[in-house]
Parts: sequence; C-alpha cells; structure tokens
Amino acid sequence: MNFDLDADERALQQGIRDLCRSDTAPDHPRAREAAGGVDRDNWRELGRAGVFALRLAESEGGVELGLTGAALVFEELGRALVPGPLVASHLAGALVDGAAMGDRVVGLVERGQGVAFVEHLEAVDVLVALDDDGLWSVAPGSFEAEPVTAPLDPLTPVHRVTELPMGEQLAGPEDASRWWLEGAVLTAAFATGIASATTDAAVAYAKEREQFGRPIGSFQAVKHLCADMLTRAEVGRAATYAAACAVDDPAAVDDPGRAVASALLLATEAAFVNGKDCIQVHGGMGFTWEANVHLYVKRAAVLRTRFGGADAHAEAAAATW
Amino acid sequence: MDLRTSPDEQAFRAEARAWLEAAVAELPPKPPAEDWAARRAHDTTWQRTLHDAGYAGLDWPPEAGGRGATPGQHLIFLEEAERAGAPYVGVGFVGLLHAGPTIAAEGSTEQRARYLPPILRGEEVWCQGFSEPGAGSDLASLSTRAVLDGDHYVVNGQKIWTSFAQVADFCELLVRTDPAAPKHRGITWLILPMDTPGIEVRPLRTIGGSSEFSEVFLTDVRVPVANRVGDENDGWRVAMVTFSFERGTAFVGDLLGARRLHESLVETARASGAWEDGGIRRELGHLGADLDALWALTLRNVTQAERGSGVPGLGGSVFKLHYTQVRHRMGDLAMRLLGPDGLDLQDEHVRGWVYAMSMTIAAGTTQIQRNIIGERILGLPKEPA
Repeated sequence: MNFDLDADERALQQGIRDLCRSDTAPDHPRAREAAGGVDRDNWRELGRAGVFALRLAESEGGVELGLTGAALVFEELGRALVPGPLVASHLAGALVDGAAMGDRVVGLVERGQGVAFVEHLEAVDVLVALDDDGLWSVAPGSFEAEPVTAPLDPLTPVHRVTELPMGEQLAGPEDASRWWLEGAVLTAAFATGIASATTDAAVAYAKEREQFGRPIGSFQAVKHLCADMLTRAEVGRAATYAAACAVDDPAAVDDPGRAVASALLLATEAAFVNGKDCIQVHGGMGFTWEANVHLYVKRAAVLRTRFGGADAHAEAAAATW
Repeated sequence: MDLRTSPDEQAFRAEARAWLEAAVAELPPKPPAEDWAARRAHDTTWQRTLHDAGYAGLDWPPEAGGRGATPGQHLIFLEEAERAGAPYVGVGFVGLLHAGPTIAAEGSTEQRARYLPPILRGEEVWCQGFSEPGAGSDLASLSTRAVLDGDHYVVNGQKIWTSFAQVADFCELLVRTDPAAPKHRGITWLILPMDTPGIEVRPLRTIGGSSEFSEVFLTDVRVPVANRVGDENDGWRVAMVTFSFERGTAFVGDLLGARRLHESLVETARASGAWEDGGIRRELGHLGADLDALWALTLRNVTQAERGSGVPGLGGSVFKLHYTQVRHRMGDLAMRLLGPDGLDLQDEHVRGWVYAMSMTIAAGTTQIQRNIIGERILGLPKEPA
C-alpha cells in the first residue's frame, strides 16, 4: 500500500509551508485586505515557487508533478489562507501566457443561469468562463459589473455580473470537464488546509486560555469540540488525497468522479464547520474582526459556493450510486 | 502516494480470491443465531480450514505461528473474504484478535506453546473478562479480587459484556491483586480455564434480541499462578500492549458490510420512489461519500502501519469516532425510508440501526474516543479530577 506521503511529497509540502509562513503573520491578512486580496509581488513569488506551473512539462517551466502533488501545495495555501484566484491561475498554466509564472492573474467564473459572481475581478488580467461547452476568455473590462460593497470574506472581493459576454473560446468541452474535476480537487485541498489550520488554532487557544482556574481545553465540552474538528479534517483529507490520486490514475478506482464529488463535499464541509467551531472555542475574542479567526470560516463559505455548491456536490456523489 | 497495490499484493489478492471462492463454496449453511454450540462448530471449522490453507493468524508474527503478512496483505485478505461471503472470526474473536496476540507478546515460552496453536487451529475458544458492572469506561477501576493462596490465585467478583462466554474454553481475565496500589498498578492478567469450579455464566439479552454477551460470576475460583501472563500487578500494561498493535484493519470487514448496506439502501430508496426526493438523494450521496472517505482513511492507516509512520493511534481513533456516527446516520435514514417496514427486527437495515447503538458504546464509547483524541493526540490537558 502506498497511500501516504513519501519523502518527496513531504519536502514539497514543507517547502510551500515555509513559503507561506509570512502569510500567517498576525498582521498580514489586514495588509492583504487593503490590497484587495491579491498582491502582485506575492503572486509572482508564488509563480516562481511553482504553485501554478508544477504540473507543466519542464520545457514550459514545470516539474511534471501530478494532481496529487498540486493538492499538497493547495492544502498548504489553504492552511495559510493565501488569497486570490489560485485554482484558476493554476489550471490556466498551460492555456494562458504568463499564468504559469505568476506574471498574469487568471480568474474563473462558472457560467450558469442568472447572476454570475466573479471573485477578484479587479485583480485579474484574464477571466475564464467555464460552462459545459468549454472554456472562454472574457475580457475583464468588457462587461458591467456591480461590486459587492461588503464582501463576506474581506480577502475575496466579489462582483455581481448580470450579463456575462460569451467571450472567445479557449478550449472545448473535454478541457472544461477536466477543469471541473481538477478544480474541484484543488478546492477540496485548499479546504482541507483550512480544516486543519482551524483545528490547530482552536487547540492552541484551548491550551492557553484559562477560565475557572484552568485551561479551557481540560474541559470535555471544549476538548470534544476539538476532537471532532480533528476528525472532520482527517476525513476530509483522506477523501481529498484519494480523489487526487484517482484523477492521476483513474484505472486504480471504480469511479474518479465519485471520489472527486465526495472529496469536495467532505472537505469544504470540514472547513466550514471547523471554521465555526474555531470561533466557538475562541469565544468572544473569536467574534472580533481583529482576531482573524473569522477569515477561515468566511473563506470556507466562499469555497462552498464553487462548482455548483454544497448541495450540488452531494447530488453529484449521489448520482454515482 | 497512490491508490495502487504492488505486484506482490496483486499476486496475493489473486491467490486469496481463488482459494476463498473454492473454500466458501464448501461451507455448510450458517447455523441459527441462538444455537451457540452450532455456531461454535461452524466458526471453528472455518478457522481450521483457514489454518490448513496457511491463512490462520495472517497478521500474527511467524514466531507465534502466524503468517506474518504485511498490513496491506491483511487488508486485501479481509477485503477478499468479505467479497467471497466468507465468515469473519465469529467466536474466535477474542482469541485471534486479543488474547492470542497478548500471549504472543507477553506470555512465557510455555504459555505461547500451550495456548497459541489451538487458537490458530480453531480448537480452543476464548472470551474476555475485562469489564465489570462498576468498571466500564473506567476499566482500571475494576474490583474483581484475586488473593494468592499457595500456588493459586483465588478469584471473587463479577465480569460483564463477556462475548461468547457460553462456548469459551478460556477467559483472558483482569483481576485486582493489590487494592492499595494506584488503580492502574494493582491489576494482573490471568488465563482462566472456563471449566474451573466456581464460574457461573448468565447470558444477557441485547436490544437486538441476541445473547452473545454474558455476565460471568466468579466465586472462589482457583487459578494457578502459572496462568499469570506478565508480572503480578503489571496486568494493565499487558492488556494495553495488544491495543497498540492495532494496524487499522479492525473495522475492515465491518466497513465493507456497511458499504453493501448503503448500496442496498439506495436500492430501497429507488424502489420506493424516495430517490425522487432531492433531500433523500443528497443524504444518501453524503453517506456514500463518508463511507468512501473511511475506506481512504483505512488505506492511509494501513500504509502508515507498514511504514511505521504517522501519529500512533490517530488513524484508529479518528476512524472509530467517525465510522460509528456514520452508522447512526445511515441507520436513522434507513428507519425513515422503511416506514412501517422498520418495525421488523429481521430486516437488515433495522438490525444495522440497532447495531449502530452498540457501536458508539463498545470498545471505547464515542465520548471516551473524544477524550483519547483530545488528550493523547491533540495534547489537551486532562479533565480536572
């Protein structure tokens, strides 16, 4: 059996964790908030580190890793709550010039019925619209967009778009379904990072915060919340790694589509519920803007809207039975 | 990291599958649930069949008479056995999964030679005398007394939740030998022959209607000192050694059974029209996702067991905590879907629903699992005494 990280994978994970360390400094999210979520220098740094290119051929600046390697990277980006259209820019590495090295920021919008929500519209150089027929390049300045004045996640600015132009076709339905599958896995991986980071934050606080003369983590009421958080994170992680491996090697499983739907459902749920529990463990301080704990659950809420949303993920899982 | 099996593992799977298909075809029909003599005969005959084919004690070390298979091979065998419809350990549960491995690790040369081969051959059946009416989650507070009298211990007390006591030849018994010592330090592990005078076994009926559990009353029961495993007052450590051997495979058969039950529930929902309800469909999809994730968690636990990596105990506790709660959700949904059909205890889904209520209690309740995860894995401080 070979279903756990090997030495190279651990090194990759550690490398990205170290790279993102500055992002976890307590004052950093607020600096980002002022910058509208995407800092160009930081984006290029991520690009140079291989975040967007690592699955590309060496001739294109990549290291030819699989989706499993990319998932490990995205888990670390999630742990550090790195803002920006990371999944889209990674998926566009081979399709949009400059995306792979972080020189251009690529956004993604799911085309559907009704109003479209576009994240990071003001920061993106290229916007890719995803639908069943393919991938389309829509010029960011070519349509009317109404900013959401108080975006739920301060690090994810959002615009409402009533009429999204068709745009210029970049790729056909096969690439579109590949973006769904791979994008879902990377989103699940990012969510796994959040689920894990919130567990760590809650446990650290429960060890340090004292009430009734002892650390609150000594009380079962708090301890059991933390145990459930770890369990959710571990279940989501197992599902996510399995989905990444299944996409890399479809012959090894019955149905890669089911593995991906399951991972997206469980990992985003773990991030969302753990995000709330993390605030609960932090008590009143967790409810303050300054404590930054809120940023986890708010990003988790953003992730839960992706690829059709939580109910669609459960439907997709059900459809495979 | 990948989901592939190695060429060796594939060869092992092919060999196990071929053998299991042929062996299961020869199996006599399963005896009635309450005919304990017939069940013992059925399960021990299967154990003998496994033994003669070299599959007994797959996960036991070769020096204990086992096959010394890797955790991955063990997982594959359990998977293939479930697929073939082969029996699981049955009445051999305690001997094969706990008492045997404990004696293999902590017993003397004589004890290993005397007790291990009959377990592997299906000749002797064991039960477990750990829990007491006053010592459940707080097992170390057990009060069954053993007093030294010459070359025997004289044992008085009561045990409970003793599975298969009515057909067991031996009992792995925890007794208190030093009432003055701190509770974990005054316990001794004894081999109790079940035909010793002074033992009374009274079966308990569970809410599932079955009687695999018993109360065991011990009155002036004389156990030779030679039957002690490990040192006097070191029995707590001896008992715990085996738990640390757990390699992530304890629930494999159970989980595969749960996946089959889930598929059957999907069929039930399709047949009744409930599948047309999006809410029901999503709940079933969610349960399927959880069961698949638990399988992935099992593969990870087994990989870590092979490599000796990971946080010891993390995988097993996380698995048990989540799996048992998934079984509750699945059972609750089944009861909703079945409606009045759920009033029949013979229905597999109803049995599953009832069984789930035991799963969050047995082998460390959900609440104890959360304490274990919180304290031993996350390092949170202990509850104030």
